[in-house]
Amino acid sequence: MSDTKKIVTMVEQDMKKVTSKQRIVKITVQILLYLFLCTMALIIVFPFYWMIISSLKTTAEYRLPVPTLFPRQIMWTNYLEAFTAANLGKLFMNTVYVGIVSTILSLVVTVLSAFAFARLEFKGKNTLFALLLATMMIPGELFTITNYVTVTKLGWIDTYTVLIVPFLVSIFYIYLLRQNFMQIPNELYLAAKVDGTKDLKYLWKVMIPLSLPNLISITILKMMGAWNSYVWPRLVANTDHQLITNGLRNAFTDMSGQANIPVQMAAVTVVSIPLFLVFIFLRKYIMKGVSRSGIKG
Amino acid sequence: MANAKEKVKGWFIEGFVKTFIVAWIWQTFCVKWVWQTFCVKWFWKAFCVNILYKKFDSYKAWLYLSPAIILLLIFTVWPIFNTLRMAFWERYNMLQEIGGTLKFKLGFKNFVDVINYPRFIQCLKNTLLLCVLTVPLSTILALVIAVCLNSIKPLSRFLQTIFFLPYVTNSIAIGMVFEAMFNIVGYKTPEASVGIINTVIGFFGIEPINWINQGSAYWANITVLVIYIVWNALPFKILILLGGLQSVNKQYYEAAKVDSTPRLRVFTRITVPLLSPMIAYVVITGFIGGFKEYSSIVGIFGEDMQAVGGESLNTMVGYIYDSLARNQQGRASAAALILFGIIFIVTMINLGVSKKKTHY
Repeated sequence: MSDTKKIVTMVEQDMKKVTSKQRIVKITVQILLYLFLCTMALIIVFPFYWMIISSLKTTAEYRLPVPTLFPRQIMWTNYLEAFTAANLGKLFMNTVYVGIVSTILSLVVTVLSAFAFARLEFKGKNTLFALLLATMMIPGELFTITNYVTVTKLGWIDTYTVLIVPFLVSIFYIYLLRQNFMQIPNELYLAAKVDGTKDLKYLWKVMIPLSLPNLISITILKMMGAWNSYVWPRLVANTDHQLITNGLRNAFTDMSGQANIPVQMAAVTVVSIPLFLVFIFLRKYIMKGVSRSGIKG
Repeated sequence: MANAKEKVKGWFIEGFVKTFIVAWIWQTFCVKWVWQTFCVKWFWKAFCVNILYKKFDSYKAWLYLSPAIILLLIFTVWPIFNTLRMAFWERYNMLQEIGGTLKFKLGFKNFVDVINYPRFIQCLKNTLLLCVLTVPLSTILALVIAVCLNSIKPLSRFLQTIFFLPYVTNSIAIGMVFEAMFNIVGYKTPEASVGIINTVIGFFGIEPINWINQGSAYWANITVLVIYIVWNALPFKILILLGGLQSVNKQYYEAAKVDSTPRLRVFTRITVPLLSPMIAYVVITGFIGGFKEYSSIVGIFGEDMQAVGGESLNTMVGYIYDSLARNQQGRASAAALILFGIIFIVTMINLGVSKKKTHY
């Protein structure tokens, strides 16, 4: 008996030694992890900090040989100057208009076609869907070339139409919504049919409420797309119809001498803040959409 | 449509024929239940399900699809054919076509022109260099960050949010911030401010480097671009890899713990193999995105896409847009097809490699 007791206590002591050693290792590893992650997080956040700080500095302070980490004198007038210099007000209204109209139209088109693909039976459904998915592989630049020719021939250059119509249908959104619609049991649809409910009413009363999270994701991504689009508006629109991103690059470069960087940073901040607000309040929906797609905007 | 009608007709004929046979059986054998159980069922099937449900569905579906189909035909399907057409029409130019010239010679001249054009080779070089540098760097960094994020408890959600922040940005806008950070204000004047990055590296005893100003070296420009692109690419990769890590079966780690396997070995032998599908996905999308790099360069270097007096930093996509702006649609199409070919080949190679290396 005493021997077994001895052995048990020896094993327990060994275990204690091991666990205390393990604990020290574990704690140091955790500290290192936090150190690494916090450093990386600081690097990630620093450009945003620098953007906001620089936008509030005076030009003289910005040019100090050793940069200051906090503005000595806060210059709100930089923002006023940015709005007038880059014509941000007009560009902002353009972007909001284009964003809202294209989002609404795009949602209508997407919901209808996703419904057709998910619920209705017709010949060649799967072939058509596979063909549509295959076009997602082709880089967008390939479409841009011909679309530019097409809209020129249609006489759409320098209108809002040219910014809205070519990008109304996104196969990815149709795909996303179709997958969502497929998850809704078909019995609901058949029950509605038996009761004599019209398709559109069924869509509005059942399908749309049930897939609201995905619709919100699509809305956000579409609005962000309008907010961030740069190449297409620059190609097809003049300054009256361009979108907000176009105002950033051109407005401050053609000034004689050195660019006024604090004002430039103020404009950049104005463009970035709405994105941050959307991100803070609707993070869940953005991350959901993004993790399924891997596309930006 | 026509086939659906045929089918329904077929069901009706089937119903009639079967009813006739059954009627004959009924007359001869007087078996009433046969009628009740079978004939009613056949007619019910032909009438309700096939006419009300299937036939109307077919044209309704096309009605619902029509807006999407029309737009796709104009802005997606037509461009695919038209790009091929324009690429193989020698010296194609939109203005000439509108002006009435419709006869262009078929041939490979656009492709030959594009490849022989020295600026295109420069674009190709820049694009390849950026791809080769940024994709492995951002993938490895994202993997390390994701693994670290997965092994901490407190603050994990907060840090995740911070790491996702660069995703929701405007690449032109933040490019301008990076420009300001690397910029030397008042370059070559006595009261020059070297910029925040040069100040920071000054703490480590490194001399200020001319990153993006006039006369800056090619490698310095590329370094700035690589830093920006990696910064921009991290959030998506972290999101995907972290999602993969969280769905890994915990039993593997517990087994490793029982065997007291060292951490590095756990990482290389368990984490990486189990994550390999996600890593493959991230690498493939990274390469596709890398070949289409454009707006980040405009963000930092402006629409000239080069530092003043420096080497051109234009990319493949930039070349396509330049050709388009100069109304050389033929060349633009040829370049777009070459880009598509490169992306296709690289994706296929990636898929081939990942098929051998991934463990599902």
